[in-house]
Amino acid sequence: MAILQQSHGISGDLTDCTAKLDSLEFDDIQHFLMARPPARAARYEFLTFGNPAGGREWLTGLIDKVGTASAVGSSLLDARWVTVGFTWNGLQTLGVTEASLATFPEEFRQGMAARAGVLGTTGANHPDHWVGGLASPNLHAIVVLFARDVAERERCRGEHERYVAQSGGVEVLSALDLEAIPPFDYAHEHFGYRDRLSQPVIEGTGVEPTPGSGLPIKAGEFFLGYPDEEGPAAGLPQPEILSRNGSYVAYLRMEEHVGAFRDFLRARGETPEEQELIAAKLMGRWRSGAPLVLTPDRDDPKLGADSQRSNDFNYAKMDPHGYGCPLGAHIRRMNPRDTAVNMNRRKMIRRGGTYGPPLPEGVPDDGIERGIAAFVGCASLVRQFEFAMNVWANDPNFHELGNEHDPIFGTQDGTFDMTIPKRPIRKKIKGLPAFTTIRGGAYFFLPGIKALRYLASLGAGL
Amino acid sequence: MATVAPATPSTSTERDWTKPQAMAIPKEGYFELEKGRYGPVFPKTPACYGFSVVAKVKPGREKAIREYGKSIEDAVNADPSVLAPLKLHYLRWILFDVGSGLHFMYQGIFDTDFDKYLEDAVALFVKTGITTVFVNLEGWPEDWKTNVTAVIKFFRDHQCASFLEYGEYPYVSADEIKKALKLKATFSDMLDIMQ
Repeated sequence: MAILQQSHGISGDLTDCTAKLDSLEFDDIQHFLMARPPARAARYEFLTFGNPAGGREWLTGLIDKVGTASAVGSSLLDARWVTVGFTWNGLQTLGVTEASLATFPEEFRQGMAARAGVLGTTGANHPDHWVGGLASPNLHAIVVLFARDVAERERCRGEHERYVAQSGGVEVLSALDLEAIPPFDYAHEHFGYRDRLSQPVIEGTGVEPTPGSGLPIKAGEFFLGYPDEEGPAAGLPQPEILSRNGSYVAYLRMEEHVGAFRDFLRARGETPEEQELIAAKLMGRWRSGAPLVLTPDRDDPKLGADSQRSNDFNYAKMDPHGYGCPLGAHIRRMNPRDTAVNMNRRKMIRRGGTYGPPLPEGVPDDGIERGIAAFVGCASLVRQFEFAMNVWANDPNFHELGNEHDPIFGTQDGTFDMTIPKRPIRKKIKGLPAFTTIRGGAYFFLPGIKALRYLASLGAGL
Repeated sequence: MATVAPATPSTSTERDWTKPQAMAIPKEGYFELEKGRYGPVFPKTPACYGFSVVAKVKPGREKAIREYGKSIEDAVNADPSVLAPLKLHYLRWILFDVGSGLHFMYQGIFDTDFDKYLEDAVALFVKTGITTVFVNLEGWPEDWKTNVTAVIKFFRDHQCASFLEYGEYPYVSADEIKKALKLKATFSDMLDIMQ
């Protein structure tokens, strides 16, 4: 469940199928975390509401376009899929009462920027440097558009632009266009790592977990109002119509420094094979997706592409010392599997995609921003997302490593190391450079459809 | 993210286990406010991480608390790894009365930041029934079974920060100690084999 890996909602792979949906309130849950549509392009628009009535008017006209879990995969939505979410400030601006706002959890009320210390987004990753107005209290809403192709995205962009112009006081703070990068036959990101290799399966969707992925996770870990891994839903925001079938998502715009990454590999490996091994050690998988635990010495692209085998491994029994997958590798941090407790309470669903043009091999970095713009969906930001950031990604003492962060996704400033266990003597990379930079982020609440109607109706009769 | 307070040595040289160290801690329990997920982060000291939770015992509940000590002993005997997720060095449970009524103190020395694994600790407390001790304490949330946030708040509200901590072998984790002892035992075995 690595954040960098398996995060994409858009890719060149159009064979994704919708989950067999046979329970839960699929006609009320937004599709976003439930099923991944076959999209090759996307656009995120970040909005601010100049006044409550304008925000509600904008929302009223958009509700019927928001994709539900039951509609994804049907003929109703075959070219574009729309998702809507709100910050706590956005809910306030729409007119949610103070009493209701107070029932939302503390971390959501504060917003991602205020939680930078908890998340470890310091230095170049700090909200002071974020772009697109994402750290601003004026950020109120996001519209996520997944489109089958770029042409459809552009059509939708124009349509929404005209619609926003008609809505009083609603403005687009910023926007980000995303497109899958070639080759399109498998999902991957700019560094070249295969993507979307493990995702939690939600109980009640009828989807069978791949071998090694564990049992399906209770829906309440992702959608409010349902039993979670500890029992019945409790302590949800009020009123119930607002919270039921909703989810929280943490948005992260993460620039990938492809030139620096390739330079690092070339400096550390004399041959292409050595460079590939270093890339694999950082991630815990070969760029083909093949896990180091299963194939520690050489790549196995067939294994990487085989979902029935590529996730079927553990750490405690198969690689306790990290001779295959280093203890601090990205996937070992983001999903410690059997080396951590209560893993079912830490699962998250990732969505998103790549932005910016791919950097061709052998070409110096062109300075153009490129990276991943991803969402992490869950029922508790503090227990799931913030735990992953605070403890797994950016705790220097994870697995008692002492002075390491996640080598790819963690905050790096040249002062942290990367230990690669090896017989007879381990290898330690001192002063790991930053391969990524967080350029923005925010916490959103994705309401259910009834909740969207409730929000749109606030203030009626006043 | 810096998870260690500024006064805590960050280099292996400064954390030299051969050099006993003491650390005087400000009244707040930390040197500089650093926010964790649930509140201020407490520093790692020469005695590693830890907490001392002190709360007043509800009238007539002393026997129930004392008896639960035996339950924990039995649970660890049955499964020596049952408390492993807490990364403990030591636990000390104390009942005392200095004239203001009977109080319970839960003192733990462990290797992980108090803030980081609170949910895991609470889950373990529920699983092992340690919470049956806490329900005998004043201030314990009535809805503890479904309100982890309230449980975490109880621990934080009743945490009494140290103002001095000392380590004879500072900053050494339980895992490092166990590795050293295992290495010693392995060398002993090797010497036996070579006889």
